Amino acid sequence: MSSGNFNNTNASVRPWFERLDRIDRRWIFLLMFLAVAGPILWIGVTGKTLPEAPTLAARAVFEEIDHLPARTLVLISFDYDPASAGELQPMATSLVRQCAAKNLRMVFIALWPLGNQVAQQTIQDVIRDDYPALKEGDDFVNMGYQAGNEAVMKLLLTDFAKAFPKDSRGEATSNIPMLKDVKMVSDFPLLISISAGYPGSKEWVQYVISAYNEKMNFVTGCTGVSAPQLYPYFPQQIAGLLGAIKGAAEYESMVNASLAVDGVATPPKYLQAQRRMGPQLVAHLLMVGLIIVGNMIFFARKRRGAA
Amino acid sequence: MRITHKVPRRIFTNHSWKCVATFLCMAMCCARVFAFEISSEMSESVAPVTQTVAAQDIFAENVLAHNAPEQDANAPLVEPVNAATNFNSAATPNAMPERPWFNIEKLWLLLWIVFIGGAVTVSVWLAKSGRPIRIRRIAALEAVDNAVGRATEMGRSILFVPGIQDMDNIQTVAGLTMLGRVAKTAAEYDATIEVPTCRSLVMEAARDTVRASYLSAGRADGFSVDRITYITDDQFGYVAHVVGSMVREKPATCFYMGCFFAESLIFAETGNAIGAIQIAGTAESSQLPFFVAACDYTLIGEEFFAASAYLSGEPAQLGTLRGQDVGKFAVVVLIALGVLASTILVMAPNAAVVGWFLGGLQKVLGG
Amino acid sequence: MKRIIPMWIAIIGGFAMMLSSFVPLAESAGEMFADVFNVVAAIAFVLGAGSLAKQHLEKLSRRDAGWGYSIITLGSFLITLFIGLGKIGIHPNEQFPQAPYSGSNEMEGSAFGWIYEYMITPLTSTMFALLAFFVASAAFRAFRAKNTEAILLLVTAFIVLLGRTFAGVVLTGWFPDWASGLRLENLSIYVMQVFNTAGNRAIMIGIALGVAATGLRILFGIDRSWLGGGDA
Repeated sequence: MSSGNFNNTNASVRPWFERLDRIDRRWIFLLMFLAVAGPILWIGVTGKTLPEAPTLAARAVFEEIDHLPARTLVLISFDYDPASAGELQPMATSLVRQCAAKNLRMVFIALWPLGNQVAQQTIQDVIRDDYPALKEGDDFVNMGYQAGNEAVMKLLLTDFAKAFPKDSRGEATSNIPMLKDVKMVSDFPLLISISAGYPGSKEWVQYVISAYNEKMNFVTGCTGVSAPQLYPYFPQQIAGLLGAIKGAAEYESMVNASLAVDGVATPPKYLQAQRRMGPQLVAHLLMVGLIIVGNMIFFARKRRGAA
Repeated sequence: MRITHKVPRRIFTNHSWKCVATFLCMAMCCARVFAFEISSEMSESVAPVTQTVAAQDIFAENVLAHNAPEQDANAPLVEPVNAATNFNSAATPNAMPERPWFNIEKLWLLLWIVFIGGAVTVSVWLAKSGRPIRIRRIAALEAVDNAVGRATEMGRSILFVPGIQDMDNIQTVAGLTMLGRVAKTAAEYDATIEVPTCRSLVMEAARDTVRASYLSAGRADGFSVDRITYITDDQFGYVAHVVGSMVREKPATCFYMGCFFAESLIFAETGNAIGAIQIAGTAESSQLPFFVAACDYTLIGEEFFAASAYLSGEPAQLGTLRGQDVGKFAVVVLIALGVLASTILVMAPNAAVVGWFLGGLQKVLGG
Repeated sequence: MKRIIPMWIAIIGGFAMMLSSFVPLAESAGEMFADVFNVVAAIAFVLGAGSLAKQHLEKLSRRDAGWGYSIITLGSFLITLFIGLGKIGIHPNEQFPQAPYSGSNEMEGSAFGWIYEYMITPLTSTMFALLAFFVASAAFRAFRAKNTEAILLLVTAFIVLLGRTFAGVVLTGWFPDWASGLRLENLSIYVMQVFNTAGNRAIMIGIALGVAATGLRILFGIDRSWLGGGDA
């Protein structure tokens, strides 16, 4: 059953496919490490990225935000933690950047305990560093983390202030100017969730969007493994979908193109997704190679067995 | 293989009066809730409730107006402030509550629940009255005894991971029902079962479940509370502990039953590397491919929820599976009708009857 | 009695939650049960912490294999607890400058924030990154063309793996426009949106019905194995 370590003294007399089939899995780990590390270093040195052609789902995310009038309230839920930041942070950065550039009023919430810190970091990197004119409380606010998973979502359906009584600074929700007239979640024309699992995009669809599908739109970014689970909801319940780093790269390229200024290079922090497509390309090619080798072993063994 | 169960016909069973009592109890509970709610609404929150509903509608109109294509995208939004303010001026503090007692928009959902609940109840009744229930063989569940037996023969422990979610997740509850069965078999075989948990509440529930299983197997002395431990709420902290203990202690059998996310493949691949027999079950469809690839047996989606009934062999529990199938058959028929109607509508766009039928179907399905 | 009471709590709580979805006036009943759950879970956390401390102290006292890790676990637990409760490095909240402990643990510059940024972030990212290695080893071992279904799975895997990267564009980007549907990047979208969506919907419908049937089994008290089985 195990393909892990083996200490058979007759290993040298085994046919090639037997030896390859029982290879210590750490060799595969090493190959994967090289497949990822090589392109990271190469892209880091050259700064080159691969071109991206946005797909329908990614274009829909860009257009949903792009069509919103200035000063529209947008609810952004950070439903992930640092573990999946490698995959989700680039899309979070680009989403916040597009919202800030469009002068939308952003309300950040977190349903994951460490989501608040990720939100704070994103606010710092995008809003405070590049859009310092935006004022906390008027243009954006971070409501922090609230425990309760779906219970928080259900509460948002009826009472926003009850679900989030104060922001991350300790300011009461009723005293925050931009939230003065927010009663419930449907007061936000657009909901964005950046989701790594539970609670996340699926729960937003089930508990909130199913109730207010006609009153608010929902776009989401998710990890690669969650994307297949969310495609059934696109485009009815989920208006736009960014699946994994590929979706992030497509979206990032659109945001960068729309905000490009002649003669000014895009800062590296807004190229993270496109830069990660290089390692992804080589890693995928490695996996294709491994699958081919695995099947060569399978057929060689089958032929030997038949003989 | 067919599993057939027959029991003597009994109309008013112990279970029947319990169901009736449950509904009566619920009725009293609801009455109390209504009384409390209505009185509190009348006394203090009449206006906010009506305000909320109306303000929401007015704001929705504003938003829809703004989303209209001809609207200038750079024009400032007519803020919801105005809508709410306008309404405030019109609100009458002493107005009677306009909150409906029933959410009519969810009527079809309720009817679906009643239909599926009815199908399950009728199936349970039929099963209890002696009608044979046939269910297909589920290889993963047939393998439970062998997997536990293997651990006993090898003198190694059994690892049971009940997912990484709390008791409010139905998958965790389903995982614990499986734990009850596995623990009972382990107690009978005198095997050691280790249950590391990701939530304190799950730890407490798992302890009760395993304790009761050991008791019912007549092996109360074999139960040790220290084998069911809380590790951490943090997903990857928990993974690090479980994977570390798998590599060190090399359990002969690993069960993964519950709600899993990114850790599924890490568990399954580590279990594969140590040569353990692995049986997994989850309703997280995104994790199923990983379990299928790396485990010996996998309970896919609904099989996982059927596991407890399958293993129990009790007619009442097996009856619920038949009820579930009735629901599935209804869904399949509706899908087939929907596909047929949509196809006809594409070929003959003027077929008014088909359009009307499709509209009705969408309404029934909440679309 | 030890089983009857939890069973009735589950029955009443379950029906109240269901009712709160349909009857607006009963919404607060559903919220109440959700709050009760959170309170019970919070209390159970103390038991969890006790269990954690007990197992590692026992391991230490017995000098079991890997007892050194127990020292690290207990040490980390106590240090984080001390920093969190003591609000080390936190400035008072701007609204309450005279209250020294009014600041939040999530404030910038707090010791808790430092733990988050320099310990939790790299540790959890490392664990998540392990997936790449395990996926590679699982693909090598499990993706074998054993039968027709497995061959279909293999072909689909190649389409998605190549179509989701620039390799798809390089390999099939030269296809003429009339055959653009066969380009790997378009095929991968087609696979995801049609075959994957259809399969996922089927699984989701089955799961939803399974959840409903399991819920009813528990609500009606038919299935009591989560209470250890047997008669109540």
